[in-house]
Amino acid sequence: MNLINHLINGIHVGSIYALVALGYNMVYGIVKLINFAHGDIIMAGAYVAFFALDAGMPTVVAVAASVAFCVVLGVIIEKVAYRPLRKSAKISLLITAIGISLLLENAAQKMFSATPRLFPKIIEGGFYIGERHISMTTVVTIIVSAVLMAGLTLFVKTTNAGKAMRAVSEDTEAAQLMGINVDKTISMTFAIGSGLAAIAAVLYCCSYPQVYPTMGALFGIKAFVAAVLGGIGSIPGAVVGGLMIGIAEALTKGYLSSMWADAIVFSFLIITLLLRPAGILGKKVVEKV
Amino acid sequence: MNRKQERSPLVPVPSGFLMREEDVDKTPVLEIRHLGVDFGGLVAVEDFNMALGRTEIAGLIGPNGAGKTTVFNLLTNEIEPTRGIIMIDGYDTRGRKPHEICRMGVARTFQNIRLFRNMTVLENVKIGLHNEMKYSIGEAVLRLPRYWDNESISDMRALELLSFFNMQDMAGWKAGSLPYGAQRRLEIVRALATNPSLLLLDEPAAGMNPSETVELMNNIRRIRDEFSIAILLIEHDMNLVMGVCDGIVVLNYGKIIAKGSPEDIMSDPVVIEAYLGKADQ
Repeated sequence: MNLINHLINGIHVGSIYALVALGYNMVYGIVKLINFAHGDIIMAGAYVAFFALDAGMPTVVAVAASVAFCVVLGVIIEKVAYRPLRKSAKISLLITAIGISLLLENAAQKMFSATPRLFPKIIEGGFYIGERHISMTTVVTIIVSAVLMAGLTLFVKTTNAGKAMRAVSEDTEAAQLMGINVDKTISMTFAIGSGLAAIAAVLYCCSYPQVYPTMGALFGIKAFVAAVLGGIGSIPGAVVGGLMIGIAEALTKGYLSSMWADAIVFSFLIITLLLRPAGILGKKVVEKV
Repeated sequence: MNRKQERSPLVPVPSGFLMREEDVDKTPVLEIRHLGVDFGGLVAVEDFNMALGRTEIAGLIGPNGAGKTTVFNLLTNEIEPTRGIIMIDGYDTRGRKPHEICRMGVARTFQNIRLFRNMTVLENVKIGLHNEMKYSIGEAVLRLPRYWDNESISDMRALELLSFFNMQDMAGWKAGSLPYGAQRRLEIVRALATNPSLLLLDEPAAGMNPSETVELMNNIRRIRDEFSIAILLIEHDMNLVMGVCDGIVVLNYGKIIAKGSPEDIMSDPVVIEAYLGKADQ
C-alpha cells in the first residue's frame, strides 16, 4: 500500500460519510435538530436492500426499494416524533431523537436478531492503472456520491422547492408568511436526507458487507463528526467534512493502526470544536434574543 | 394605471371605523370583530374591532407595549386568537396556518427587518412569488421546459416588482449587503410579490431620516394606487401616520381607545393623555 491508495480509499469512505453528513446538515439547517436517528435510517436501508437482494430482486430494484423505504421512514419519524415538539425546547427534540434511535436499533434486534447478515456482492471486479488496483466498488461509490452531491447542490440553489428550503432554514416564520408551507418543506428535507442515507447504506454495504442492527450507530456518529467538522447546517460543509474524515481514517489505518482510526476521528471533532466551533465552512451564528 | 385622483369621503361603518364611501358596499378586505388574546392570565388584546376598505390606508398607533405587533401577529395567525373573528375578504381565518393566510392575501413586513440575508435580492422576491411557480420537483430535476418557462416568468415578474422601487440593478446583490433603506424597501417588494390584497407594514419608517420618511409616504400611496390594495401600518412617526393614513386606530393596554380620521385623533384628549400622561392640576 502507498499514499495514493490510501487517499483513494479515503475518498471512497469519505464520500459515503459525506452522503450521510448531508442528511444531518440539511435537517439541522432547517429544524435546528441533530437527528440522532439518522444513523439508524442507514441500518434500515441496509436491511431493506439486503432482504430485497436476498429475495432475488435486481440491484436497481433493491436500491429503489431501500430508498423508498427510508424516505417514508424519515418522513414518518419527523411527522410523528419531531413535529409535535417543534415549538418545545430543543433539548426535548434531542432526547426524542436519541429515543427514536434506540427504538429503531432495538426493533431491528427484535425482528432480525443481532447476528450480522452477509450483504451480497453487487459490484464486482476492478481494473489496474499501472500497478495499482482500483475496485469497481470504489469507482461506483465515488461517482454516485459526486453525482448526488452535485444534484443536491443544484436542486437547493436553483429550484423553487430548494429556495423554499433555504428560506425556511434562514427564517422559518418569515418564510411561512411568504406563503411557504413549512411542514411540507420540512418533510421534503427529511425525505431527501433519508433517501441519501439509503444510498449511502447500500454503498457502505458494498465495502463492508455486514448488516446488523447497530451498524448505523458508530457509522452515524462518525458522519455526524464529519458534519460538525465541515460546519453543521452547511451542504458544502458536509462534503468537505466527510472527505476529511474519510481520508484521515484511511491514512491512520494505513500508517498507524486500525485500532487508532476511531480515536483519530473523534480527536478531530474535539480539535475542531476548540479551534472553530462553527466548523470549517460553518457560519458563526448569533443568537437573537 | 388605475391611479385615483379624487378619493370619496370617509363614512362610518358599523364596526366603528371610517371607510371610503366607494368601499362601503364592497366586502371589506379586513374585518375584525371582538378580537382578543390572552397570554397566560395576561390580557394582551381585548375587544379589538375594525374594518378596512379595499384601498384604504389605516394606521395602528399607540404607546410601546400597547399590543400593536400582537395585532399583526394575530392577523397572520402567528398567534392564535383567544376570542373573536378575523375575516380576510369575507373569509374567516380561524384555524388557518400562516402560509394559508398569506395565500388568502395578507402580506407583511417586520419591525426588525427579516430578509433572507444570505439569498440574493432577486431570490428574496422570488420567494414571495413561490406560490405562482407551477412545476414539479421532477420537472425541475430534469430541467423540462415548464421549469425554464416558470423560472423566466418569475425572474421577469421579480425584476418588474423591484423596478417599482428602482432596485432592479441590485437584483444580484446579497440581501444582507444592501444599505438599510434598501433592505426596508426590499422587504416591501417581497411582501408585494405574494400578491396581497392587504399589506401590513410594521414600523416602515423606523431608522429613517425625515427626507427618507417623506419618500416612504409617497411610496405607500403609490403602492395603494398602483397595486390597488389596502395597507395597515404600525408607526411611531406621527408625521407619516397623519400624512398618509385615511383612518387611525389608537391602542393602549390592548384596548382601542380611539378611532377616526387623523384630525380627530390629533385633537382627542384620551389619545393625548395616553401618549403624554395626564396634566397635573
